[in-house]
Amino acid sequence: MNQEDKEKDYFESPIHLEYQYTAGAATTRFLNKVKEGKLVGQECPKCKAVYVPPRGSCPRDGIATNREVELVDQGCIESFTIVHIPIPGNPIVPPYVCAMIRLDGANISFLHLVDGIKLTDIRIGMRVKAVWKPKSEWRHSLENIKWFIPTDEPDVDVTKLRFKPE
Amino acid sequence: MIPAAVIGVGQTNYKAKRRDVSIAGLVREAIDKALLASDVEWDAIDAVILGKAPDMFEGVMMPELYLADAIGAVGKPVIRVHTAGSVGGSTAIIAASHVCSGKFDTVLTVTFEKQSESNATWALSPRYPYSPHINAGAGGYFAPFIREYIRRHNPPENIGWKVAVKDRINALKNPLAHLQILGIDEKMVSDSPMLWEPLRYLESCPSSDGACAMVIANKNLSNSRNAAWIKGMAVRSEGTLSAGRDEVNPQGGIDCAKDIYNQAGITNPRNEIDCAEIYVPFSWYEPMWLENLGFTDIGEGWKLTNEGLTELEGDLPINMSGGVLSSNPIGASGMIRFGEAALQVMGLAEDHQVKNAKVAMGHAYGGAAQFFSMWIVSSTKD
Repeated sequence: MNQEDKEKDYFESPIHLEYQYTAGAATTRFLNKVKEGKLVGQECPKCKAVYVPPRGSCPRDGIATNREVELVDQGCIESFTIVHIPIPGNPIVPPYVCAMIRLDGANISFLHLVDGIKLTDIRIGMRVKAVWKPKSEWRHSLENIKWFIPTDEPDVDVTKLRFKPE
Repeated sequence: MIPAAVIGVGQTNYKAKRRDVSIAGLVREAIDKALLASDVEWDAIDAVILGKAPDMFEGVMMPELYLADAIGAVGKPVIRVHTAGSVGGSTAIIAASHVCSGKFDTVLTVTFEKQSESNATWALSPRYPYSPHINAGAGGYFAPFIREYIRRHNPPENIGWKVAVKDRINALKNPLAHLQILGIDEKMVSDSPMLWEPLRYLESCPSSDGACAMVIANKNLSNSRNAAWIKGMAVRSEGTLSAGRDEVNPQGGIDCAKDIYNQAGITNPRNEIDCAEIYVPFSWYEPMWLENLGFTDIGEGWKLTNEGLTELEGDLPINMSGGVLSSNPIGASGMIRFGEAALQVMGLAEDHQVKNAKVAMGHAYGGAAQFFSMWIVSSTKD
């Protein structure tokens, strides 16, 4: 017992809350497709940017992204980090790779895990594809993808990924 | 705009655990020091502006309500501000805007965080269905941007170590700073555990408890005092998930800096700003922000660090107080930058004072590097 505990100058006061997340119409459409194992982005009618995961509107133009675009479950690593820090309660055992994944045809990236490669071999621009969990585990969640693994295609020049409106 | 000035700054000491005080005691400690420094009585305060980061950090919802008596807001207007990590800066700007409006003569502003009361990493990581739960913390989010900066500009590996050393050497001259690491050097940093590649333990900010307060007054009340005159102030935000956003060099930061330079009549920030307190929670953000803020060209920021120009005795001292890398009560961290900039031009920064500092910058950023707040303060009104 350390000095602080002996002095009892604080007490533990846990708070537990459960939230019901209302995804909204656009994200609900996306998550319904994710439950079927499909990644469906949404395109801005003005600047033509394709968003995945879509949030229903284009932050650039402030208008609804109604047109849906089915994307492949592969792309490239825009950037990444290797997480070594042991955060208490984290079910993922470090070290693990946390990467910004840019799907082919999408104009934004999202964070996901990368596996199936030696940590020292991972690099910016590396081509990757999704590994899905067994179909019986699919929910309304991007965690239906277990992680991404490298393909053996040539690397991508990430400087060319930057979105420029038409 | 009606001229306004900071006439007093009060800070608690920053520590991992301030179990000697409640949240109310913590904010009051900073406020009492700010009132003493500004020689202002409670009766003179016309409004109170409070800021902090997410309520989940302490589990106290809307703390400004429970704190109304501790912050002296009973019977007075009170506003709470929240813009993630930039909140300390935007709170100062909201407070100054009250004075500039002409409706308030003297405004008290205070920000705090008591990180020891909970776990900020978990508070920042709620589970949403459109994103996998990666549990990597703030470093896990920012490290990929840092890696991309390094890919673009190919700086030497030890630039991050140099920033980590420089800020902790400065912290040794600031008795309020949380981290006081005697004998800090590049070897100690490079030997420290890797947390989020390429960031090591000593390249990352601590979790701190602490509060910072300021008194901001109008021209008539500030004229006869030692004051830090606000020459320009601005906030900007940008869409986190916007296509084409450059997370390494965000447009919001560029625009915010240009705005305050225009207001202050600054055309060459590198020459006209004597020193700056900028929000560097992870070492590599020093060179990244030096470029984003226009102190140097894109790809050249690491050279200023490498040449020692950002040291306390350098040509462009950055984070003289030790910065966020040495003390990080998140909600207060931005206001500490703004307040330390004010102390510099008031000549009150004691052992970490930059000689003859007349014009200083305070900077903060937050969220997914999409909120920015900045100001320029000067030792003279005109």
